[in-house]
Amino acid sequence: MDLQIALLLGQDGIVNGAIYALLALALVLVFAVTRVIFIPQGEFVAYGALTLASFQAGHAPGTLWLLLALGVAVTLIDAPASLRLGKGRLARLLGWQIVYPFVIAALVLGAEPKDWPMLLQVALALAIVVPLGPQLYRLAYQPIAEASVLVLLIVSVAVHLALVGLGLLFFGAEGSRTPAFSDASIDIGGLTITGQSLWVVGASAVLIVALYFFFERSLYGKALRATAVNRAGARLMGISTTLAGKLTFLLAATIGALSGILIAPITTVYYDTGFLIGLKGFVGAIVGGLASYPVAAAGAVLVGLLESFSSFWASAFKEVIVFTLIIPVLVWRSLTTHHVEEDE
Amino acid sequence: MKPRAVVAIFVVLLALAPIALPEFYITLLNYIGLYALVALGLVLLTGIGGLTSFGQAAFVGIGAYATAWLTTAANLPAWLAPLANPWGGLLAGLVLTALVASLLGALTLRLSGHYLPLGTIAWGISIYFLFGNLEFLGGHTGIGSIPPLILGGLELRDGRQFYFLIWVVLLAAVWLTRNLLDSRSGRAIRALKGGVIMAEAMGVDTGRAKIVVFLVAALFACVSGWLYAHLQRFVNPTPFGLHVGIEYLFMAVIGGAAHVWGALVGATLITVLKQWLQDLLPQLFGATGNFEVIAFGLLMIFVLHRAREGLWPWLARLLPEQACRPASADFRGETLVRRPVPVAGTPLLEVNDAVKKFGGLVANDQMSLSVSAGEILALIGPNGAGKSTLFNLITGVDPPTSGEVRFSGQRIDGRNSRSIARMGMSRTFQHVRLLPAMSVLENVALGAHVRGQQGVPAAMLHLERTEEARLLAEAARQCERVGLGEHIHDAAGSLPLGKQRIVEIARALAADPSLLLLDEPAAGLRFLEKQSLAELLRQLRTAGMGILLVEHDMEFVMDLADRVVVMEFGKKIAEGLPREVQGNPAVIEAYLGGVD
Repeated sequence: MDLQIALLLGQDGIVNGAIYALLALALVLVFAVTRVIFIPQGEFVAYGALTLASFQAGHAPGTLWLLLALGVAVTLIDAPASLRLGKGRLARLLGWQIVYPFVIAALVLGAEPKDWPMLLQVALALAIVVPLGPQLYRLAYQPIAEASVLVLLIVSVAVHLALVGLGLLFFGAEGSRTPAFSDASIDIGGLTITGQSLWVVGASAVLIVALYFFFERSLYGKALRATAVNRAGARLMGISTTLAGKLTFLLAATIGALSGILIAPITTVYYDTGFLIGLKGFVGAIVGGLASYPVAAAGAVLVGLLESFSSFWASAFKEVIVFTLIIPVLVWRSLTTHHVEEDE
Repeated sequence: MKPRAVVAIFVVLLALAPIALPEFYITLLNYIGLYALVALGLVLLTGIGGLTSFGQAAFVGIGAYATAWLTTAANLPAWLAPLANPWGGLLAGLVLTALVASLLGALTLRLSGHYLPLGTIAWGISIYFLFGNLEFLGGHTGIGSIPPLILGGLELRDGRQFYFLIWVVLLAAVWLTRNLLDSRSGRAIRALKGGVIMAEAMGVDTGRAKIVVFLVAALFACVSGWLYAHLQRFVNPTPFGLHVGIEYLFMAVIGGAAHVWGALVGATLITVLKQWLQDLLPQLFGATGNFEVIAFGLLMIFVLHRAREGLWPWLARLLPEQACRPASADFRGETLVRRPVPVAGTPLLEVNDAVKKFGGLVANDQMSLSVSAGEILALIGPNGAGKSTLFNLITGVDPPTSGEVRFSGQRIDGRNSRSIARMGMSRTFQHVRLLPAMSVLENVALGAHVRGQQGVPAAMLHLERTEEARLLAEAARQCERVGLGEHIHDAAGSLPLGKQRIVEIARALAADPSLLLLDEPAAGLRFLEKQSLAELLRQLRTAGMGILLVEHDMEFVMDLADRVVVMEFGKKIAEGLPREVQGNPAVIEAYLGGVD
């Protein structure tokens, strides 16, 4: 290996690592606020990328039907309670769960997004995929929000399985790749950095900074942090844990879908690609003990680098190496954890 | 009709199935048997032990690949040559599985609940890619032409012949599992879910119990893989991937993860449903693919929302009533060996200048006290004085920040509660820690855990029945002694709170302690019950036991205690005979407030 290749692999690793870092942050956030280990994170990556690809191929994405169906399901479940809480509540429910999906559907079916500029297509893809997050929280997690971490984890795995199956149904078994955001490239000392790499790293950095300000400065961000520290305490202070859960899932879905859209020009995305990508974010998150954001992000970048360098030396064992990384991490954590745990 | 009769009918039906059913159903039943074996391991691990694994398919894979490689490899090294047959393959698979499971268990089982499942997800993916990329294992194409099993001269070449082997193995595994659960080790395993602190205080090595269930589950999976390899006579990585591991867990949870037969119900349901959906859904959607996972995912969410216990409890209601006494409850067992009773007046427990700090809060400040054999020392003080903290640091739940604790002449501060319990100190908890679904008798028998030696293999084969009978007889005697004789077969959680406290005392006594620590034993008791408790404690004192008592009921304390220690804000403010303490101005001020 010469320097040239090392730099190339390093660039690859950092680009992938940036995506894993985003996902790791979302996973830590979801776990901290809701105690849900969010295995379906990866499906949002695939859904985001493939929804965009569907527009570009000129057909309506299956995720649109999922948005409509989940909207109807949420409405059916929540309507009686909203009715009791007043007409305003009901109007809001119908607005978000019925009117909004139908408006989006009309837009997709009527306005031919194939010919739209890229940025609008991305916005439309996000408009479809992101609301699936809070809808999923409402349907799958909210009824058992107080269950043990393990039960929530099993539900997560079940949701993941259902979403992968639906992904296959919506997008078929073939993968898709979308055109790059920019064709520009910079040449620094013999190393070519593609515009898309800069987009990925730049967008990740912007998102991380935005999240930082959201959590440090905004009231909702602080409410989420409070919930993460102490659910019961936050509730006593008037913070709705249900709202916190939905908001967290909204953020996680946004991060997931955006990650998918960012990597779709770099790698071919299949309906089940998201799972492995999400799990690599996970390995990063576990490095951070599912608690520390900076360590999780650093761990995720490490995963990216490890992956790209091991694909050079032992390409067949790339996944084995990445997922075995978790073992030394667990050893280290088991040596530093010293208290008797009482499971609920 | 008795439950045994139901099992007998079930077994007869199974035996007749190959005669009556066409090939297709036999194949289906073969797979149900193989899957149920893995799910059975998960019942033990997840439903009963409270540990979750998504990686069982990987252990199935180890079992399958071990035998596939050993029986087909062209040039085995000479030292492996004796293993180059199906039985050698089974042995190698079991050894390899045990090694991997021990390593993985040692790494993850000490961490809190969710690290194990996450570790098993990563491990499940790794091994799948490993199978697919190792050239000597045939890569993604796999290994073919695995020789058939030969049993008593008969080559098992078709599914009908294999059927009997699979189901005999499965029923044997069910039998072993049930035996294990109905034993000393089984009680320790059942305490893992929600009773770790209590079990450790009863001298149970819960870390070891976790490793044991993890190992047993992995070995069952490995045997299933071995059977699979010789049934299919071909292996490739696909059936050992993570998604199959997830399906195994679904089988256990949907069937009823806390019940041995739930594994069978779950495996049957998922296998049949999968068969049916794989035919139906591609037609419905007009495309090919594993669409059944959508249905499984939704079904799983529904089960976890609405029937977390799975299907078995619901099915069990249709079956005849299970006899409520454990099969082995034979109370004529001989008495257990007792620990030598120390002479009255020998110092048992000495606490010297113990300090416990939680961050800036000093919960115990320079606390000293001592208890001798044949003495009742009462520790009293207002709420929040630090009495329970002192209890925890004496019993090893939380080590003291500084200071010294001695028991029977040895320093015990810094030791864990398990080893302290084994030295003859037993306790009750202020907040009752019983296993509510287990019978009173079994809860009390947990206390006698330290007085038995028989391990897991003996328990699985029920070779430890003499010792088990002694343990249960001892538990029954302690129940009688505290006046719970009529309740021994009731679920502990069904008793009123006061009686549950008495169960805790019986459990502590079953350990044959020389020092008994009671944390508010009289709370929630009625007048007559209090009197009989006091009578019991007097008897124990006469028999030479030392007792340290935390209690708020002053009448109870002052009538009973030989000496009283009073705490306030973590410090000792008075010590002496009950009468002296009652007149002590500092004590009166602590309880009633100062006089202006």
